[in-house]
Amino acid sequence: MTTLLAMDWGPLWLTMQLAGVTVVVLLALGTPLAWWLAFTKSRMRTPVEAVVALPLVLPPTVLGFYLLTAMGPHGPVGGPWKAFTGSALSFTFTGLVIASTLYSLPFVVQPLQGAFEAVGTKPMEVARSLRASRLDAFFTVASPMALRGYVSAIVLGFAHTLGEFGVVLMVGGNIPGVTKVLSIAIYDHVESLEYTQAHVLSAALLVLSFLILTIVYAINRRLPVRAA
Amino acid sequence: MGAEEPKRRARMAGGLSGCLSVFVLCLCPPSAAAEEVRVAVATNFAATLGEIVTNFERDTGHAVVVSSGSSGAIYAQIRHGAPFDVFFSADAMRPKRLEEEGFAVCGSRRTYAVGRLTLWSATPGAVKEDGRSTLSGHFEHLAMANPGTAPYGAASKQTLQALGLWNHVRDRIVQGENIGQTFQFVVSHNARLGFVALSQALHSSVRGTGSRWDVPAHLHAPLRQQAVLLVNGRHNAAATALLDYVQEEQSRTIIERVGYGIE
Repeated sequence: MTTLLAMDWGPLWLTMQLAGVTVVVLLALGTPLAWWLAFTKSRMRTPVEAVVALPLVLPPTVLGFYLLTAMGPHGPVGGPWKAFTGSALSFTFTGLVIASTLYSLPFVVQPLQGAFEAVGTKPMEVARSLRASRLDAFFTVASPMALRGYVSAIVLGFAHTLGEFGVVLMVGGNIPGVTKVLSIAIYDHVESLEYTQAHVLSAALLVLSFLILTIVYAINRRLPVRAA
Repeated sequence: MGAEEPKRRARMAGGLSGCLSVFVLCLCPPSAAAEEVRVAVATNFAATLGEIVTNFERDTGHAVVVSSGSSGAIYAQIRHGAPFDVFFSADAMRPKRLEEEGFAVCGSRRTYAVGRLTLWSATPGAVKEDGRSTLSGHFEHLAMANPGTAPYGAASKQTLQALGLWNHVRDRIVQGENIGQTFQFVVSHNARLGFVALSQALHSSVRGTGSRWDVPAHLHAPLRQQAVLLVNGRHNAAATALLDYVQEEQSRTIIERVGYGIE
């Protein structure tokens, strides 16, 4: 109990913030991307799908290594960013959000794409024929029908970002309150032979992840499956 | 060395443990049979050990399987039954603990290299001859290894404290989990300055580039890197032979050349 009180819970809150912001960014970017992937006839569809799925198969160290290079003050992204804001992206919370967005991209885009494909184009066409604008039709017809996809996307995106380690390790710099997330804190405790603290934080992450996944499965069971 | 070398034969009476078994093993005649030794080595020494191992295999006929990782991870693995015979740690604390906890053979622990710390930048001229003025000057990030987990990180912190600059720079510190990652931060220009190992600054990929200030050894506790014979390897002739080989003249020459000190 004393351990629980004496523990530094900062990394847990930081991790929750990172996962939350990342999911919001991913929904904003992932929704149009998933829609396009679901219905486009473009030849670019297959290569874009492959790019979206890349973080599933690449080791996080590959992503982290490229991001460290790209987001640094001499990098193709970090350079212009530094000219604009005064500091590069590596070792910042913003940098972690960008890294996590790429890292969790497939976990948001793929469920959304699947849901949009299941809804199909028919409901949108009907709504359009009733003079709804495209956006109006999307928000009032298509996205409620794809609710199940959204729940999966939000939860998986959030949970996957919670568990992020390799990428943050490489671009974060372990700054308390800025980039020292839960997985890094656990790693540090293990390295420092502070096994009690490592156990407590690991258990917290395990329980949290289990709860999140249980909730998503429970919700999904209750939501109706919509046929096109 | 010669006859003093504790060369031993495989498969001794198995029940003996700790210091006693070392004593008994020393009385045994040397064995010429080639054996296989499984070695765990701290990542920062892996490449150097690789060079030494090549010579060792050529000279003795023994075979060596090398695994590298962080000293902390290897330590935890050994405690949980990892099948290593010898451990080359990046510090002295973990080998000592393994000895105390009965996972390593008492009396086998020795310092094989002493790490040297350097303040390095990938930008030529960024580090002046005087490290104190460089650290007092303008920069956005100073990279160092995690002082809580990595020996080089602890030495970096001690150096900053000895210079009276810890509070001055602490908000600009970015931490690598280990010295390899710290070096990556600096070589990629993500951090302008960094405390890295001299062996990294002398690595062929960057040798002669950038700028550096070698930290005087009296500013931090010595970075003793120790090796230890593990209980798994106590009857393995190749394991003890390797431990001795690393301290022979030709190995020491290699270790010093790549940027470590020798005790």
